[in-house]
Amino acid sequence: MVEVLVGDRPVLVPAGASAAAAVLLSDLPAIRTTPVSGAPRLPYCMMGVCFDCLAEIDGVPNRQACMVTVAPGMRIAPQRGVRAA
Amino acid sequence: MTPGPAPRDLAIVGAGPAGMAAAVEADALGLSVVLIDEQPTPGGQVFRAVEAGAGDPAGDPAGDSAGDPALAGEDRDSGARLVAGLRAAIGASARLDYRPRTALWHLDADAGLLSTVTDGAAGEVAARRVLLATGAQERPVPIPGWTLPGVLTAGAAQILLKTAGAVPEGAAAIAGQGPLCWLLAVQLLRAGAGPLTLLETSSGGALPRALRAGGLWSGRAALRKGVSLMREARARGLRVVPGVRGLRAGGDSRLRRVAWEGGTLECGTLLLHEGVIPSTHVTRALGLAHEWDAGQFCWRPRLDAWGATSHPAIAVAGDGGGIGGWEAAVAAGRLAALDAAYRLGRLDAAARDARAAPPRAALRRALALRPFLDRLYAPSPAVLAPPDDATVVCRCEEVTAGQVRAAARLGATGPNQVKAFLRAGMGPCQGRLCGTTVAALVAGARGIPVPAAGVLRPRAPYRPVTVGALAGPLPEADDPIG
Amino acid sequence: MSATDAIVVGGGLVGVAIAHGLQRQGLAVALLDEGDVAHRASRGNFGLVWVQSKGIGAPHYQRWTRDSAAEWPALAATLREATGIDPALHQPGGVTLCLSEAELAERAESLARLRRESGNAGYEYRLLDPAALREMLPGLGPRVVGGSYTPYDGHASPLHLLRALHTAFRDAGGAYHPNTTVATLRPAPHDFAVEAAGTTLRAPRLVLAAGLGNAALAPLVGLSAPLRPERGQIIVTERAAPVLPMPLVNIRQTGEGSLLIGNSAEEAGFDTLTQSPPVLRDMARRAVLCFPWIAGLNVVRAWSALRVMSPDGRPIYDQSERFPGAFLATCHSGVTLAAAHARLLAPMIAAGALTTAMSPFGAGRFDVQNAA
Repeated sequence: MVEVLVGDRPVLVPAGASAAAAVLLSDLPAIRTTPVSGAPRLPYCMMGVCFDCLAEIDGVPNRQACMVTVAPGMRIAPQRGVRAA
Repeated sequence: MTPGPAPRDLAIVGAGPAGMAAAVEADALGLSVVLIDEQPTPGGQVFRAVEAGAGDPAGDPAGDSAGDPALAGEDRDSGARLVAGLRAAIGASARLDYRPRTALWHLDADAGLLSTVTDGAAGEVAARRVLLATGAQERPVPIPGWTLPGVLTAGAAQILLKTAGAVPEGAAAIAGQGPLCWLLAVQLLRAGAGPLTLLETSSGGALPRALRAGGLWSGRAALRKGVSLMREARARGLRVVPGVRGLRAGGDSRLRRVAWEGGTLECGTLLLHEGVIPSTHVTRALGLAHEWDAGQFCWRPRLDAWGATSHPAIAVAGDGGGIGGWEAAVAAGRLAALDAAYRLGRLDAAARDARAAPPRAALRRALALRPFLDRLYAPSPAVLAPPDDATVVCRCEEVTAGQVRAAARLGATGPNQVKAFLRAGMGPCQGRLCGTTVAALVAGARGIPVPAAGVLRPRAPYRPVTVGALAGPLPEADDPIG
Repeated sequence: MSATDAIVVGGGLVGVAIAHGLQRQGLAVALLDEGDVAHRASRGNFGLVWVQSKGIGAPHYQRWTRDSAAEWPALAATLREATGIDPALHQPGGVTLCLSEAELAERAESLARLRRESGNAGYEYRLLDPAALREMLPGLGPRVVGGSYTPYDGHASPLHLLRALHTAFRDAGGAYHPNTTVATLRPAPHDFAVEAAGTTLRAPRLVLAAGLGNAALAPLVGLSAPLRPERGQIIVTERAAPVLPMPLVNIRQTGEGSLLIGNSAEEAGFDTLTQSPPVLRDMARRAVLCFPWIAGLNVVRAWSALRVMSPDGRPIYDQSERFPGAFLATCHSGVTLAAAHARLLAPMIAAGALTTAMSPFGAGRFDVQNAA
């Protein structure tokens, strides 16, 4: 198992799982709010198609969390609306 | 520009069943092969993380969710064998270059130049031929409330189970139709999921129509497997609601309930599935010829019997060329590899045809049940074009069905003009989840068949790449700037 | 027999702006357009309302561009009011950044010349050093050696503009015919018959605004349109919080927050299907040198579109001597010139003739006989 931080919560996830899986296991209510209406979203497709799992991972915004494999100490942070440039 | 290294004989994009089989076959035929794949390990979506349970030394035993008995079955073992075969070929052959975590963001088909991105860094590889084995995606199921947290695709739930050993907490529903719904139900129940309801959307007359389509005799083994799955699911307590219409997801900031005509269910997780469609993002961006598959209600690239496309250097194998499942994909991958060797002058036509006999027979067997399944699980018109104007169809830009219909009335004749008018398809997913729905809505508003409304034309980059990666190393201060 | 006063061929920004302008003059207008995948420059437009650097050596073009920029607020207000769609016009001035002393010297010379050629209108601009630019633009790169600013420049959303013009056109009773390729065109003075998609339209005025398609249509009514496609590519990033207070000639931030990176030019025939990684690389490189923070943004899309280029790169506005009532309008600045087309050109067409001030825009300037 690997420990990562989702928001400020430590979460244990199996090695090889994606950051998006960690988000769903963390019970966070939303990983992002949309830039258009501010609606909350969580991962939807888990296979790189929908881009609803965009998150700030290790300081880099708008990464597809379902395409990133967890690593020990990884920081997965929710996003609110548009990212900073 | 400095000339790069010598081109490979064959570049394969995607290491699912088709890509793996093609790579092994092409390597055996003496071709130099580069196999690029977005995932960290081979297997594709269907055999995602299959190695982790197969005693692979790279796998972490503590995270061994793939060894979960919930996933046991002959398909899993076949997947593990396929991956092991690829690993063995990679280990034995210097000609076979496997690049995991590598996405294709642009393909210059005429020049045979693939632009890639690996861990955020841009790269290039040249090839004389390209095989696209990029697989399928789940058909979008735009129902009211499908953007709520707690609504996922059935495929997503399967990936969570395979890679993280996770099942939904509390009550959950699977809604839709197709074999995956039953397979997922069994897998979730075996893994200890809570109360599970299957809301079946197949229409009442589907079974008689499907039986008339034939193919049952040669496909009876797969059919038997399906029937036994259904039996097990019911035995494990699956509640089944047949003939579900008017499905909608409800809740404020997350899913609280699912409702349909004549019923409602409190639950925290809804898993949607209306079958899979070929992922045509790259083949469309390349401008390859496509044809409308009336049986599966989707577009697919026009292919010959070897998987060759309308571009002389590009072939497609696997579900990306039309949905057939993993066994058909393996056969198609081998056929495409044989044809590549033939076109590169490494194999004459007679030898190619002789070697093609076993995969051709396998392909026939694998596809035997397809007409039956297509008839049985034809999506309802409401799935293709949501009737409720308030339903979001473009999840990224939050464009509704009603807005698309209004744009069609303004004169937008297809999804590309709708995109210009409404931004549907301009968000991060680039129309992967709304393109087919928008076309169907425009067709409905204009009173024309869906294929006549056209398709969204995707653009590079096929996968996200940063401006910095595009720019590459910056020129020195005194160099001229392009 | 339908009572159509004018047929406009071409539903891109040029055609629909003129059609909208003709309606405002009280004309009943039919607008013919292509389908879903036309070579639609309007959909690939960068979205600048740009004055700086337009019309060097051609004072009439400089003036036309300035006039359009000045008319733009009125066009935007009209469309907002009529349709509720905001074309997102902002005219805070604009900047061109220079990454070498040679670029800066060339810039200085161009602007000095534009001022000399501006006649009584005057031409306000400033050359800025990096310190002054840093005050105006956040996160400027260390390789920027200077730049130029004019107050006339701005930007708008080409897609909002296109939708607003189409909506205004339809709501004013215009007849829009999509998926309609002109099959035959029978001209007679003040009487034009266009057969397209199985119907025949007749009107005393005909406006050819079909972009590159004008090259084939113009000779049918005694006009000429020597045009070629020039490919431009544009990179668009994911949305970001507002950061750029004004547009640059090669970078702007849209109302939605995306950064657009553009200003490339290639000869690639009619190929808009492909993008070219080397061209994208050069564009991205220049953008990162201007603003290093751009490097971290994801590209969501790049696209190619065709500029409609005449031999000297300037617009062609013309009227047929043989078939009075036939007009031609073509340019590669459909956004910048939208206001001029709707509010200055359309009234001339409605009145029946282009003014003499427009004669330098005629295609006659390309005739070898006149070139001496």
